[in-house]
Amino acid sequence: MAAAETVTTAAPLRSNRRKVARRILHNPLAITGLVVLVIAIVLAVFAPWLAPHEPTQTHLDRAFAPPGTAGYLLGTDDLGRDVLSRIMFGLRASLHVALLAVATSLVIGVPLGLMAGYFRAIDALISRFTDLVLAFPFLILAVGLAAIRGASLGNAAIAIGIAQIPGMIRIVRSETLRLKSLDFVAAAIVEGAGDPWVLGRHILPNAASVIIVQTTVALPAAILGEAVLSFLGLGIQPPAPSLGTMLADAQQFASRAPWAAVMPGVAIMLLTLAFNIVGDSLRDALDPKASRR
Amino acid sequence: MRRYLLNRLWQSVVTLVLATIVVFAGVRALPGDPALALAGEERDPESLRAIREQYGLDQSWLVQFWQFVSHAARGDLGQSIRTGEPVRTMIATALPVTVELSVLAILIASVIGVGAGVVAAVRRGRPAEWAANALALVGLSVPHFWLGLMAILYLSVALGLFPASGFVPFFTNPIDNLHHLILPAVILGTGLAAVIMRQTRSSMLDALSADYIRTAEAKGLAPRAVIGRHALRNSLIVVVTIVGLQLGALISGAVVTERIFALPGFGKLTVDAVFQRDYPVIQAVVLVTATAYIGINLLVDLLYSVIDPRIRVRGDA
Repeated sequence: MAAAETVTTAAPLRSNRRKVARRILHNPLAITGLVVLVIAIVLAVFAPWLAPHEPTQTHLDRAFAPPGTAGYLLGTDDLGRDVLSRIMFGLRASLHVALLAVATSLVIGVPLGLMAGYFRAIDALISRFTDLVLAFPFLILAVGLAAIRGASLGNAAIAIGIAQIPGMIRIVRSETLRLKSLDFVAAAIVEGAGDPWVLGRHILPNAASVIIVQTTVALPAAILGEAVLSFLGLGIQPPAPSLGTMLADAQQFASRAPWAAVMPGVAIMLLTLAFNIVGDSLRDALDPKASRR
Repeated sequence: MRRYLLNRLWQSVVTLVLATIVVFAGVRALPGDPALALAGEERDPESLRAIREQYGLDQSWLVQFWQFVSHAARGDLGQSIRTGEPVRTMIATALPVTVELSVLAILIASVIGVGAGVVAAVRRGRPAEWAANALALVGLSVPHFWLGLMAILYLSVALGLFPASGFVPFFTNPIDNLHHLILPAVILGTGLAAVIMRQTRSSMLDALSADYIRTAEAKGLAPRAVIGRHALRNSLIVVVTIVGLQLGALISGAVVTERIFALPGFGKLTVDAVFQRDYPVIQAVVLVTATAYIGINLLVDLLYSVIDPRIRVRGDA
């Protein structure tokens, strides 16, 4: 097992890329997930041009229009706002927060993980830091941050990002520990390569696959996190559309206009499901041994 | 073993001290004068001075920190700015609701997760495995609070199967209590069940291909007995591990679930405190959560090393 692993990881990542792409393209479930993702991203990015209505425009005379009403494919809410347009802008907000949050966890988590795995001396220090962050469950962290700095899109992203740092550190740390014990890294060190060179040229590129997989786990988690925070009123503030605030609003008139409560949830689920499916297939494609089990 | 325990205990103490410092510093990081924040509506100089004196805000930070810690250690968590009620009493009434909800959710998630995981592993490549895998994927992807809304909308309001909100204490009426909590607990447990299912499946697959299973089968033990024994033993480890890893998610999930089902628990206390800017309550809630989290994690680790002796030999888990 150890020998086989040495061969696969010591080989340059680039030669594996085509194999990984082929494995994903031969998996119908993964392609479905990718298609859903691409549609969601297009709807979100081009929402200002694609949305049939202004997402915050109220038309009290058109309140509670059921799905299928002319011009309102998914119906309207209690203020006559178009549910479809609000979902498109909500997707935009979800992806915005998720990308910010995951970028935060990457920028802080990857270097700390590399250092913790490579330098024994600071491993304990970084481990205490991860324990500390983990001691504050995500929502408690967000609650504290909202109390100190106020509820907003940016603060929601920071809270989610901070909560995801420990996971990123742990994954990168254990991969670094594993790579460090392999012959090609030892060879580089013997040849006199400095620590930054070894970390940047040998360990980071080979740890890329686990970082990518962890990112695909973190993105849907961040999307769910944003929805929860906005639902509680700790994230994006109304009237700005967010899938979470839409659900919080819809809760009050759910029996009168169930579509306003059903649709945003379906949108969140499809988005996270697509991310999870693509992430799972990517993990299997990068590590065929795991999928054969 | 003893060394591992001591090491683990020491790490927890360090984390707890750091967490206390963070909570203390967090409250001092509030914008503006904390006395102003604590005063709420009454902002005349007289009450401000009284508040500074009451909370020791005229003292140095070090003295303030010591007072905060020594009061907290004695269980004195201050008073709510809004109601004047001792925070300790508020927490003591809210906590049992959340604990009961979480324990129920863990039980339900374990039964569903372990069951589906064993089925998926034993029925490899058959429709049952596909169904279990699909269910786990959906369980991981669905926003629980939305699932809660849907359950209220369709099961409680439309069909009238469960009460949509409210709470009855267990000792007042156990049946009514469970009737109110079962739906929230199922909703809270869905994500946990999905994670437990996936882990159970993969550890069962590992176990089923191990040599000792082949030996047991060669000896002539019935497959049912083999699976039963090893599934049981393994699933216990899986559940304990996952609960430890997912504890934070479970606490966060409980906050949201309580909000949806209007349960008077810890989560509702937390969210209400933030919206009312009730700082002593926020401070206490965060501190209590962090302490509980660190304590339960320590317990999980110890339990883990009792169930699976390999952990304490390695010692670095």
